[in-house]
Amino acid sequence: MDQRENSMSTLIIDPNLPSPDDFYQALTDLHRDLSDEQSMDVNARLILLLSNHIGDQAVLEQAMAIAREHIPAAE
Amino acid sequence: MFKTYTFPEFDYVRSADQDAVQPVLHPVVIVGAGPMGMTAAVDLAQQGVPVVILDDNNTVSVGSRAVCYAKRFLDISDRLGVGQRIVDKGVTWNIGKVFLEEDHIYSFNMLPEEHHRRPGFINLQQYYLEEYYVDRIGTLDNADLRWKNKVVNVEQQDDSVLLSIETPEGAYQLGARYVIACDGANSKVRAMCGLESKGQIFHDRFLIADVIMDPKKFPPERWFWFNPPFHEGQSTLLHRQADNVWRIDFDLGWDADPEEEKKPENIIPRVKAFLGDDVEFELEWASVYTFTCRRMDEFRQGNIFFAGDAAHQVSPFGARGANSGIEDTDNLCWKLKMVLEGNAPASLLDSYSPERTFAADENILNSTRSTDFITPKNHVSRVFRDAVLNLSRNYTFARPLVNSGRLSVPPFLTESPLNTADTEAFNCKVVPGAPCTDGSIVYNGEDDFLLSNLGNQFNGLLFVESHTDLTADILQGLTELAVQDVPVKTFVVASHEMELNLPEGSEMVVDKYGVVKERLDAQRGTFYLTRPDQLVTARMRHFDKDQVVAAQNKALGK
Repeated sequence: MDQRENSMSTLIIDPNLPSPDDFYQALTDLHRDLSDEQSMDVNARLILLLSNHIGDQAVLEQAMAIAREHIPAAE
Repeated sequence: MFKTYTFPEFDYVRSADQDAVQPVLHPVVIVGAGPMGMTAAVDLAQQGVPVVILDDNNTVSVGSRAVCYAKRFLDISDRLGVGQRIVDKGVTWNIGKVFLEEDHIYSFNMLPEEHHRRPGFINLQQYYLEEYYVDRIGTLDNADLRWKNKVVNVEQQDDSVLLSIETPEGAYQLGARYVIACDGANSKVRAMCGLESKGQIFHDRFLIADVIMDPKKFPPERWFWFNPPFHEGQSTLLHRQADNVWRIDFDLGWDADPEEEKKPENIIPRVKAFLGDDVEFELEWASVYTFTCRRMDEFRQGNIFFAGDAAHQVSPFGARGANSGIEDTDNLCWKLKMVLEGNAPASLLDSYSPERTFAADENILNSTRSTDFITPKNHVSRVFRDAVLNLSRNYTFARPLVNSGRLSVPPFLTESPLNTADTEAFNCKVVPGAPCTDGSIVYNGEDDFLLSNLGNQFNGLLFVESHTDLTADILQGLTELAVQDVPVKTFVVASHEMELNLPEGSEMVVDKYGVVKERLDAQRGTFYLTRPDQLVTARMRHFDKDQVVAAQNKALGK
């Protein structure tokens, strides 16, 4: 079953990429020869594009929470 | 000196060829008696093609070098009569574990299925492998292995190659219709042909230490650490080999001094930090290496073929060196035999390079990706890599992105000009251009395996569920296939024990567990055609002798 069908408003955290190695290479190739500042900029744009594609505030907030759960909140 | 192994010294023996007035012409001369040269020699000789193998040394590989032999390597070695010895001496493993810092983050299984003769992998020091192949060559009258014979020149002639050779008793020349250059990463034959292997050099150094220790300390599994506490900021790989020798592989970075790192006084503290003070070990062998991923543009020049590291090189992550090299010789030898015996046009040999460069590209791609993950090439790659690793502790989605080496599986030669494309739907992993699956069967009343019976000739697999499935037409077709100049020997794969009246050249195997049928998505009447190297080359839902002949002709380059 396609996970998307029954995962309305739930972030997919099981493997869902059909070809993980192809994806990972494309992601790192995207940043080849960029400065750190340029990479930050590219990453920001990438996140914004993907967020728009997902278009689900609840899902995006779950992802945001996981993305920084290992970093304690500032005092 | 090694504590666990004594290196044999093979005798130089003068050949009558050295006294010939004119260079003696041989059908095939192989340069290099490493693993690939010897698999090629056994393959050709056992199929009736006489071979001469020339090696500039007189012993087996010093140091361990290749360690992991994949299922396909073992399946091919079975066909060459060496598989059982390798498996008996080697350490069988299927499980790989990945660690991040102090934590085990996930495991993978190289062979999650049952009913295969061979496991996902065995580990064995290269010198044992070579020794077993030397022994096997010794049992073949038509394989002439000449030690201390150094090729110093090759010259392409109209329909052959002239080799100039130096020996302890002086120089001589040999002619060869075909030469297979298996003389390693720094192939001298390649250089003599004015050819290069081109690609990417990685700016990284790795220390490999083979240590002897108590086998109870670690199970026979592949363990890979990212950023372990005993080797911070780097990676470490642990593998068990035969004789309680363990391979430890430390990433050192590019700035490490190889001469310093090779010294036992520097290696031992690293190993101690890893194993802990309470584990006793002895250092058996160590080396510092760098690596490249590269290949030749074409694996053939005229009548010279390149195989193994001479043709292509990969990083060690993924065990794709020896495992892809044996697939080269597996691919080439039956073609040479067919052409030499006049059963296929010389154009069949044109398929070797495209089939094997396609495979090399897949191996290089996988090996490069693993290397890039293990040793990120820039800051942002490291950030992504570390994020993937840390997420993979708790989130399964990240685990498929973790790349500690994508271990060798045979590339499927889906683009091969020898394949006949499917015209009917099949739904299984095996496709034309892929090695046929293995599976438990019963043959002559005995438990056996399918792959043990395939190869060295074209084979058919015809799936039947009742004796009535074998019509007079089908039996006539099987008979005709079996008596061709290039016969097709068909195994009728019966769903259960049954009485079948089979023509000469056909035999029954019983698919007792139904695994062959399932793995090939077969139905009653399905027919598969396999090449002498066990690759599937065509399949059909209903046997049609004319279609089989057409597919076989295509696979023969006609």
